[in-house]
Amino acid sequence: MKLECKHVWEYISEYIDNTLDAKLREDIERHLETCEICSAILDSTRNVLVLTADDRTFELPVGYSERLHGRLAKELESPGTPEERK
Amino acid sequence: MQPNSTREGELIARIIGGEKELFHELVRPYERMVYLTVFSILKNETDAEDAAQEAVINAYRHLDSFRAESKFSTWLTTIAINEGRKRLRRAKGATFESIDEQEEDKGGDYTPAPLTDWREIPQNVLERKELREALRKAIAELPDKYRQVFILRDLEGFSTEDTAQMLGISIATVKVRLHRARMMLQKRLVPFLKTMAPKRRGFFGSAP
Repeated sequence: MKLECKHVWEYISEYIDNTLDAKLREDIERHLETCEICSAILDSTRNVLVLTADDRTFELPVGYSERLHGRLAKELESPGTPEERK
Repeated sequence: MQPNSTREGELIARIIGGEKELFHELVRPYERMVYLTVFSILKNETDAEDAAQEAVINAYRHLDSFRAESKFSTWLTTIAINEGRKRLRRAKGATFESIDEQEEDKGGDYTPAPLTDWREIPQNVLERKELREALRKAIAELPDKYRQVFILRDLEGFSTEDTAQMLGISIATVKVRLHRARMMLQKRLVPFLKTMAPKRRGFFGSAP
């Protein structure tokens, strides 16, 4: 089946996640081979995801871990196991 | 996402048995995830840090209610989501509507931005601070229901099924929201990337 660009865009997310059925995936791949616009959209979306997953994009506040474990240590010092304190 | 669930199961049993100190070790791999989860709801560093601490402490206090058939990562993240939502409700007062009860509207423009003048973003563009800043801003400005799904799926790496379960929405809704979030971000970032793209093809390729 010949797909139109608009149709391909609807499936970009599922194409990236590889959750489309084989036939549809094949149709989209055939379209991508000849369509510069759709391949550029696919590439740019993938790049957004690569950048999102990069640890430097979302950094934790400085000292977050120390403060978290500090507060936790105080909680753990209180008597009894979680079970007993119920 | 799942370092080692058998090892985690052992840790949990020992903590409940009285070796409380081990809880530090149990949560350490998930600190970042807990923070990002509450941040996706509260969008503010100070509130997010406070909520993250509260969520971790709640997890400790209720560890005996954890059931081995679920994953510790999703259990902990669900606690974080609840903590974030509780704070949001408090902050918004009576005006708060549960974001997940909203129906998915059929309207809206969720098409990507067409472009042809670049294909791959070269590594040195991805290294740029401005691009990260633009992405953070674009994510912060997504509608709440899209941002939460996007962060759980694409930042924290949870599966569609786990995300649906944690947010209490259907798998189909997760897919729709994720798709729209990704397309909105692509559209927002493309103009930014274009200004950084080379005028001539091959510029980056020829860089030393």
